[in-house]
Amino acid sequence: MSFAHRHLLGLEGMSREELTFLLDTASSFKEISERDIKKVPTLRGKTVVSFFYEASTRTRASFEIAAKRMSADFISLSGGTSSVTKGETLLDTARNLAAMRPDAIILRHASSGAPAFLAARVECPIINAGDGAHEHPTQALLDALTIRERKGSFENLTVAIVGDILHSRVARSNIFALHALGAKIRLVGPPTFLPPEMRHWGEVTSNLHEGVADADVIMMLRLQIERQGKHFFPTIDEYSRYFCLTKDAVRKAKPDVVILHPGPLNRGVEIASDVADGPYSVIMDQVTNGVAVRMAILYLLINRPRLEETDRPRLEENEREVPVVTTSANDKETRPRLRRKVG
Amino acid sequence: MARNERVVMDAQAIERALRRVAHEVLERNKGTDGLVLVGIRSRGIYIANRLAENIRVIEDVEIPAGVIDITLYRDDLHRSSQQPVVQGTDIRFPIDDSHVLLVDDVLYTGRTIRAALDALMDFGRPRSVQLVVLVDRGHRELPVRADYVGKNIPTALNESVQVRLQESDGRDEVTVERAEER
Amino acid sequence: MSKSLLICGGHVIDPASGLDEPRDVLIEDGRIRSLSEPGRLAAASSSHQLDASGCWVVPGLIDMHTHLREPGYEYKETIETGTRAAVAGGYTAVACMANTAPINDNAAVTQAILDRAEAAGLARVYPIGAVSKGLAGLELAEIGEMHRAGIVAVSDDGMPITDGGLMRRALEYTRMFDLPVIVHEEDRAIAGDGVMNEGEMSLRLGLRGIPAAAEEAMIARDIQLLERSGGRLHVAHISTAAGVALVRDAKRRGLAVTAELTPHHFTLTDDAVAGYNTNAKMNPPLRSGRDVEAVRQGLLDGTIDAIATDHAPHHRDEKETEFDHALNGIVGLETSLSLSLAMAAAIGLPPLRLFAAMSLNAARILRLPLGELSEGKEADVAVIDPTLKWTVDATAFESKSRNSPFGGMELTGRAVYTIVRGKLVWQLDGAARKSEKKSRVKVNA
Repeated sequence: MSFAHRHLLGLEGMSREELTFLLDTASSFKEISERDIKKVPTLRGKTVVSFFYEASTRTRASFEIAAKRMSADFISLSGGTSSVTKGETLLDTARNLAAMRPDAIILRHASSGAPAFLAARVECPIINAGDGAHEHPTQALLDALTIRERKGSFENLTVAIVGDILHSRVARSNIFALHALGAKIRLVGPPTFLPPEMRHWGEVTSNLHEGVADADVIMMLRLQIERQGKHFFPTIDEYSRYFCLTKDAVRKAKPDVVILHPGPLNRGVEIASDVADGPYSVIMDQVTNGVAVRMAILYLLINRPRLEETDRPRLEENEREVPVVTTSANDKETRPRLRRKVG
Repeated sequence: MARNERVVMDAQAIERALRRVAHEVLERNKGTDGLVLVGIRSRGIYIANRLAENIRVIEDVEIPAGVIDITLYRDDLHRSSQQPVVQGTDIRFPIDDSHVLLVDDVLYTGRTIRAALDALMDFGRPRSVQLVVLVDRGHRELPVRADYVGKNIPTALNESVQVRLQESDGRDEVTVERAEER
Repeated sequence: MSKSLLICGGHVIDPASGLDEPRDVLIEDGRIRSLSEPGRLAAASSSHQLDASGCWVVPGLIDMHTHLREPGYEYKETIETGTRAAVAGGYTAVACMANTAPINDNAAVTQAILDRAEAAGLARVYPIGAVSKGLAGLELAEIGEMHRAGIVAVSDDGMPITDGGLMRRALEYTRMFDLPVIVHEEDRAIAGDGVMNEGEMSLRLGLRGIPAAAEEAMIARDIQLLERSGGRLHVAHISTAAGVALVRDAKRRGLAVTAELTPHHFTLTDDAVAGYNTNAKMNPPLRSGRDVEAVRQGLLDGTIDAIATDHAPHHRDEKETEFDHALNGIVGLETSLSLSLAMAAAIGLPPLRLFAAMSLNAARILRLPLGELSEGKEADVAVIDPTLKWTVDATAFESKSRNSPFGGMELTGRAVYTIVRGKLVWQLDGAARKSEKKSRVKVNA
């Protein structure tokens, strides 16, 4: 099988087969990072541009290492030092980048939907390195790979995701992927982070110990102080009293539990230091797997077969799909989705 | 077997050829010192393993064997209509200063071997590389030559050579198939 | 010189009188001269004839919620292009909101708008003045002065009136002038920095949500204020089920509250945001299926009085951007009629009631002598072909702006002639009338 998508915008809607293929491919790239000469010539002469509107060291470095180990040329742009501060719109930035003919663009942006916006307007593959609260697909893939290495399969695995799920793109991508792969999901956090619609995604609880009871995997989310609005919790102290993953909480999980965290850690806030450094933590494996996953994604997207596209053709400018209520708004049926020109 | 297919090596012929190659290898290398086997995915591995077994029977020495995946070194990735699956390389012994026996099933244009050499060099600096192939079907596009050949089979460009092995296909045979006339 | 116009062969629908019959309409000197049985009047009795066979002849549509963007935002729309969009959609009168630049919070801006409208000579324009100076929500604007200049209502639309004390006094003060206070109901603190309806869709897309309660809570507050203050409250662009229930209950209690509904709120749900479609971004946002069902019901049972477009033109640069940054609003004057016809058919709203909601009721709320098609009334008439199929092409809009989610949709029903003050100000291009497929469904009023 091959990877049929032109871009990697998110994991929502991907099948178990597609995800498994991605994980298998990523897995085979791991050994390159173990060699003495950590390079293969596969993407030689290809240009990868990364555009990070939001600050990040680890994700960008991970992509850079991945690209360079594939022999690609890697250009790194960031929001703060570029034309964005001069007021350039995302659209203009996109067009300018496209005109330089990169072979792939990696985009991290504070607005959900920004990579999709780019993907509809430039020729080359777009890799979403995190858009607003929407998705962070490579993170979820490396999380899944790490889980698979330790647990073998996802079937009936209980995965507890703890923290600010409402604002977390890492959580969303993981929920979409783990669900497709057959895992059972539990969402844990204060009620302010768990709106009622989340019950469609898994069991919901505000009790940490109950949430991690007999869990095979615990995924801790970073408390993103910069991304919240107001009034979600009174103080960090109070938050960690109830939701910090301590040794006591970990004891409630299965004895062979694995603990993940996307980093960077807020030690003592969402995770206790001795847990982060303890025997159940696979945080360092996540980082290693991150490079392999990103190498695999770059390989699969840049080396797309040239035959007819197997995914939906690129939307023409101004075309959108708009589902419309026809007779009664109560019955779920909407008119078959047509492509419509939008002014 | 398809209508236009003819068998050019049966199981017995393959076995004899590999036995003869094992003897040739030992003769030219004056024994097994420094010898390592690297099979090219995927059928090259099985042939390498059989070669290792033959050598063990003759000299009572086990020489190490590994596998190389040349997908990431191919020069035709952007042309292919499939997306080749990367399965990875697994070489657990040092390449430096060794005499590498590179093993593949069919030698044709020579591009696979070029890619394999590139990959090998990323792992270390061998003292020498010798090429073992079960079948040489001619039509080289690069200056590559095999050191040990199971059988030379001249072919036309519109023919294809099929190698089937017990380990992967359930039987041992080499066939030549002519493409259907249209 | 008296010019006369005869509309013949059409089917008149006049909500005010209840007339729903084939009639020829004779217009003279800007007024309806007579309605007569088809064929009675000789063609020679008028200088100009319009063939309305197969069409409905209705009072010109009235939109009580439009943003004409002039003065100040002429790059999005002008009074001329906006009123042209209006007549192309069958509208003969529009009421325009005050969030221009400068804001219409004084008589001078009111007058300027009226002058521009007269110069354009297309649809009638009735300015709505601001409730508060600068739309800042702090002090009352000079409502009396604006009333003398010609405003027909007051509204801070665009902004909610967050200060309940000011809201109460505005309801009281406007009693002097019998002006309705049109309210954009949104509790900003509850809405937070949401950009779409809060629900399953916003959760999946990772976009911040505006809960329905942001609208409902404010409607509840204002209805309670109304009870004490008197005056007239009109809820703009109502979008929530609980909001409709509150208005229904208030009407039952005899309170002077009215409400309007936009075509996009009775046609689309928040599913339309899929793919981060910025042409599905507006305030109040598109809501859930349950809310759409409830607002349709509200129109059917009379809780909601009028269909109003909230026509909100924006430049392409303001929409072609990240969803978070896109401006709120869509244009609506040119698609409103077709969408309303489709909705009316779906819920069983008869034409007399539909056109009341699209014309007469707005006239009554704004105290305008319009919306009636009978002898002696103003000759503002729309001739509509209810079977004409057309495909929405946003690039062909009369409006300067293209921000519509309905582009490419096949709709049925369109205005073919629009008459304002007895003058034919717009007719559908002949090619457009013929080339589109006609439905085989008979015109059945």
